[in-house]
Amino acid sequence: MIIKLTDQQEKAQAGFKNFVDMEVVPIADAYEREERVCPDLIKKLAGHGYLGAVLPSEYGGGAMSMVTCGVLHEEVGRGCSSLRSLLTVHGMVSLAILRWGSQAQRAHWLPLLARGDALAAFALTEPNAGSDSQKIATRARRVGDSYALDGRKKWITFGQIADVFLVFAQCEGKATAFLVEKNCPGLTIKPIHGMLGVRASMLAELVFEDCRVPRVNLIGREGTGVSYVAAAALDFGRYTVACGCVGIGQASLEASLEYAAQRRQFDAYLKDHQLIRQMLTGMVTNVKAARLLCQHAGYLKDQGAPEAIMETSIAKYFASKMATRAASDAVQIHGANGCSSEYPVQRYLRDAKVMEIIEGSTQIQEITIAQYSYQEFGA
Amino acid sequence: MNIESTSAVVAEKISMANDEIKAKVKRFILGTVRKPDLRDDEDVFALGFVNSLFAMQLVMFVEKEFHIHVENEDLEIDNFKSVNAIANLVERKT
Repeated sequence: MIIKLTDQQEKAQAGFKNFVDMEVVPIADAYEREERVCPDLIKKLAGHGYLGAVLPSEYGGGAMSMVTCGVLHEEVGRGCSSLRSLLTVHGMVSLAILRWGSQAQRAHWLPLLARGDALAAFALTEPNAGSDSQKIATRARRVGDSYALDGRKKWITFGQIADVFLVFAQCEGKATAFLVEKNCPGLTIKPIHGMLGVRASMLAELVFEDCRVPRVNLIGREGTGVSYVAAAALDFGRYTVACGCVGIGQASLEASLEYAAQRRQFDAYLKDHQLIRQMLTGMVTNVKAARLLCQHAGYLKDQGAPEAIMETSIAKYFASKMATRAASDAVQIHGANGCSSEYPVQRYLRDAKVMEIIEGSTQIQEITIAQYSYQEFGA
Repeated sequence: MNIESTSAVVAEKISMANDEIKAKVKRFILGTVRKPDLRDDEDVFALGFVNSLFAMQLVMFVEKEFHIHVENEDLEIDNFKSVNAIANLVERKT
């Protein structure tokens, strides 16, 4: 048994790390304050092929394995969780089209998404339907060769700039997925500002009023929206959020090590105080543990193993809680400096908290994972 | 060997394959659904043991185990609701 990235994966990791250190870290705090990711950075992300990382090469994608894709999300998450969120939602929709789209949908959308010529967003959550996604209230009525959508979607990551949305609605009582283009008549996009974390993820509320969507934009079949289309997309979402959380943990650790080595109190560097060492030890250990859980989940995904779904939930649960704890300790180590905008650790903490809420909250994971353990052990 | 006996051998092979598929499917389902006396025609989704992730796990299982690709047109709940239904789907796709 070898638990180690391959040479090729390590080489890819070095490339991701270099991109993040050169292009993301120097500007992440500034654009996060502006609550937007600059278009230039998205172009660079596309230019490196990161937006199409998981798509097959026949569509212009990078045909990246899930393990390598996890490393990409960790590295980008280390620099900026908002930017990582773009990779996540864009990948979720890309994979949903790849998995459940028609041949015509794949041929049209996947090359655009792989190149980053179109950005995609995932529109499931509603003002009154979060964790209980089966209770979405947006309605789709069949009208001739179209569907007419009515309802609202909220907290849609990168909804402000997405070109196409994967929207979930009840069609005669059955959850169904549709591709809706941003300029579709009857769709209004309202920016959301002032969030606690991932402030540059350009959230939007989508309002559908008799929004006509051609029948050919149906993804999957009527009734397969949540159980299959959303389930597969959310699995990728959980995996990449988990990996991004490892990045937050790593960033918190690196910032803390650097600060503790230069800050002196009581005539000694912070790093020599035992209680600081305790916090650093927790970070080191938990970051490594979360990374291993993510790599394990990624490996199972690459094998197509059904248990990958639950192992991903476990990785997401652990990694998101770990990130919140690591970022909180990083702020603690930085003291007043950690609470100021001069240091990024406050951003890590705000972002980490969001990670415990999205893609299945900590509490939803606790219910699901416990249930899984009952099945595993016949309890 | 005459034609009749050849047909009988082929029929037996198909039948054995079908039994094997059912056994594998049942073993997988029983890993989640704790009902040792599960019947081959019983609707596993109606039993209330499974959560929303199980549907996707079933798809992944049949794809990996039987080397088939589940497509849009296969996504009928009737294709996945019981051991018999899944075995029939696998046979149709192989």
